[in-house]
Amino acid sequence: MKGSNEDSAQSVNGSSIKITDVTQDGDTLTFAITSQKSSSSAGVCVFRTYEDFEWLQQGLFSQEDVPGLQGVIFPPLPSKPLPSTSLSQAKALKQLGFLALGDEWMIYCKALELYLQQVAAHTTLSKSKALYSFLNSSESPGKQCGKKGILNRLSQAMEEMRKEGHKDVDEFFQSERDSSTNLSALFKLSTEKFLDVVLNKQRLALACGHFSTSLHLCVNQDNPTAVAFSKICLKLSDIIEAVKINYEKVSDNDISTLGLGLDLESRYQEAKREMLFRRTCKLVELETANRNSERAKPNKKAIMEGVQKATQKEFDIISSVAKQEIEHYHRDRVSLLRDFLICWCEKQLSTARESSALLSQHLDACKKFAV
Amino acid sequence: MTAWEPPDRPRSRLAYCCPEKMAEDREPPPLADAVQTDFREVEEGEDLFVSTVSTAEQLSPTSPEPASFPAEDISTNSNGPKQEILLDDDQEDLFAEATEEVSLDSPEREPILSDGPSPAITPVTPTVIITPRVDALFDRSLDEDEEAEENGDTFDMQITVSDPEKVGDGMNAYMAYKVTTKTSLSLFSRNEFSVKRRFSDFLGLHSKLASKYMHIGYIVPPAPEKSIVGMTKVKVGKEDLSSAEFVEKRRSALERYLMRTVNHPALVKDPDVIQFLENTELPRAVSTQALSGAGILRMVNKAADAVNKMTIKMNESDAWFEEKQQQFENLDIQLRKLHASVESLVCHRKELSVNTASFAKSAAMLGNSEDHTALSRALSQLAEVEEKIDQLHHEQAYADFYLFSELLGDYVRLITAVKGVFDQRMKTWSKWQDAQVMLQRKREAEAKLQYANKPDKLQQAKDEIKEWEAKVQQGERDFEQISKNIRREVERFEKQRVKDFKVVIIKYLESLVHTQQQLIKYWEAFLPEAKAIA
Repeated sequence: MKGSNEDSAQSVNGSSIKITDVTQDGDTLTFAITSQKSSSSAGVCVFRTYEDFEWLQQGLFSQEDVPGLQGVIFPPLPSKPLPSTSLSQAKALKQLGFLALGDEWMIYCKALELYLQQVAAHTTLSKSKALYSFLNSSESPGKQCGKKGILNRLSQAMEEMRKEGHKDVDEFFQSERDSSTNLSALFKLSTEKFLDVVLNKQRLALACGHFSTSLHLCVNQDNPTAVAFSKICLKLSDIIEAVKINYEKVSDNDISTLGLGLDLESRYQEAKREMLFRRTCKLVELETANRNSERAKPNKKAIMEGVQKATQKEFDIISSVAKQEIEHYHRDRVSLLRDFLICWCEKQLSTARESSALLSQHLDACKKFAV
Repeated sequence: MTAWEPPDRPRSRLAYCCPEKMAEDREPPPLADAVQTDFREVEEGEDLFVSTVSTAEQLSPTSPEPASFPAEDISTNSNGPKQEILLDDDQEDLFAEATEEVSLDSPEREPILSDGPSPAITPVTPTVIITPRVDALFDRSLDEDEEAEENGDTFDMQITVSDPEKVGDGMNAYMAYKVTTKTSLSLFSRNEFSVKRRFSDFLGLHSKLASKYMHIGYIVPPAPEKSIVGMTKVKVGKEDLSSAEFVEKRRSALERYLMRTVNHPALVKDPDVIQFLENTELPRAVSTQALSGAGILRMVNKAADAVNKMTIKMNESDAWFEEKQQQFENLDIQLRKLHASVESLVCHRKELSVNTASFAKSAAMLGNSEDHTALSRALSQLAEVEEKIDQLHHEQAYADFYLFSELLGDYVRLITAVKGVFDQRMKTWSKWQDAQVMLQRKREAEAKLQYANKPDKLQQAKDEIKEWEAKVQQGERDFEQISKNIRREVERFEKQRVKDFKVVIIKYLESLVHTQQQLIKYWEAFLPEAKAIA
């Protein structure tokens, strides 16, 4: 009873998690996070910094008593937000990509929010104490030097690169690994290209602004012709201003929908690759254990066999978890991308309609003007 | 998807419906040596360094008298009366910067940057003077023109420049353009006709017109600019986007140039213009070469001239001129700023087109690699949509460019021509003043001779006085005439400016609206694809 109460008390309604506010104090960003438990409508609000998020991620990695944890595809945490000074703008773009754009960290908050929602939606991860504590504890979890689990983000050292290419024993996984590598690179590329397009649109909007301003300065009242000419310039200034606003809206739409979606997809692809890599490492470990077991001298044989059996068991569990994870992943990512694509298309369509209407109005006005 | 077209197609008729007078300053540099060397025509001429030397129009009073001639009244010489010595000047390209093509500081302003004289004309000796009473005729005919023009709709003329064709090989090659005229004006023998012309022919026409009309205050439209880089690429046979763009840009510029020229009521009647439009064969304009020795000489003289000009302090009795000059100065600055803004806009748009295409490619690759069928399909559709959008960006960039950038560029050059005309007036005034000074001296000399008892010399002195009295009168008439002409020209110019800009804005809006509507279509087509992802 007690156990089940604890369980239900702990389960949070994933979709209710929202980041409602962000404040910046010097270099640190503080996020206000509200959430509700699935069993009650009472909301909780906590304040967290990026370090807290990292703590959470660590906590998820280092959960004990979760069989096959290494087979889990962990929702990717966005990179650390760089406070935007003029120097770091370029750096921020490089590090965060789309997440660095948008007003007031809005896009970044959205990404963090999605991260939390994904964690809360995960059957295994949602049960973690770390998550509970993160969402509910009034005090910041702080920089607890928790146990560095075996699942730290592995930077691929040379040695590990070799493992990456290690042939798999299972066809399903081999093909997953191959397609993962390929797709991951393509998504990354597409995201970068799209970012270029969006930045270009922003520059274009700026250029329109300059043009519009220059036109505004062409006012001259000296004689009737000059007055007529001034009117024309002002009219054109308005038109260019409309063009500028259009570009701004279009690029905002891009950022908040497809941009975010592509960024998320890229990072998720990476997370999947990491999981597959972990499994591959386990495979290598297993094969080593097998070899050791075979070659072991009689006095060591029993121990080696013991290790081999244990490793085999771990590997099997990891593989079965991984398989499930991959299936969920495929389903989720498709629906995620679908949502983003639809949203993108709808927003752009609506912006294009607005713009078309406005420009048509201008055109009608100008035609009358000309006569 | 219909491609939006640059404006200088028959639709642009509207812009040219009413004649406009534009300033052109052609400075015929009448030097004593009429060198007419036989240059192989090179059409390059990067616009020279822009010096702040103001135009030096005519030289000192030792130059031949400019007579105010209506070209139409002299039918014998098909090239019209030529009072200046026309040299083969085509000196501008001396300091050709072989980098970018278009510079706003067009030839017209720079003495050196002139488009060359009319080489078909044999150099006229400096002493030809034509009877002064012709200007009265001239006045009347002008008034007639004006009336005719005010009936507006009777002006009916459409010129198109098309079919650029490379003729010849290597560095001797050139582009020939087909010039087609459709008109109901009785000036021309037929209603529709076309001829082949090359770039230097246009320059030749311009230089003839400038030499005839600028000094009497007409704003003669400036010819398109030369470009060493652009033309060399074409000659060499570089078949790439930039040389195709260059040819198109030039074609469009030539068309606008001709339309502006024929919209001027006096210019359209000019025999040179008629000949240019009608005659199958046109004598080669030879002196438009890029580099020439005579050019250097002229440059030096122009510089001297400019210094002279700066020391002319004119007693401006007419505030109108002072105000107008100031206004044009301001307008010049404003237009240049605008031009720079538009160029930047065009640049970004072109970039956007490139980036969009790049993104489309990567999206297509994604679509191919993606396993999930519906998602793969959607991504491929996305790639297609982006490609189409890229096309739109590309077209919009052209719209920006052709409509605004070229218009603004044209007007900056026109204003340079306008300023030139104002300078001409100053020169005319200066000449008049000099004549008065001379007259005074002659009178003093005669007075002295009265007591010297030298009947021959006395007679000579009296004759000289008569001569200079006539010159003073002529000077005054010239000055009044040019002032009057300028007023009228400027008024025309202002009206035309307003019209031109209006037309361009409407066209631009139309292209913008078109773009948005296309976008709407694309998004509407894409939406079901996105929704179909299961």
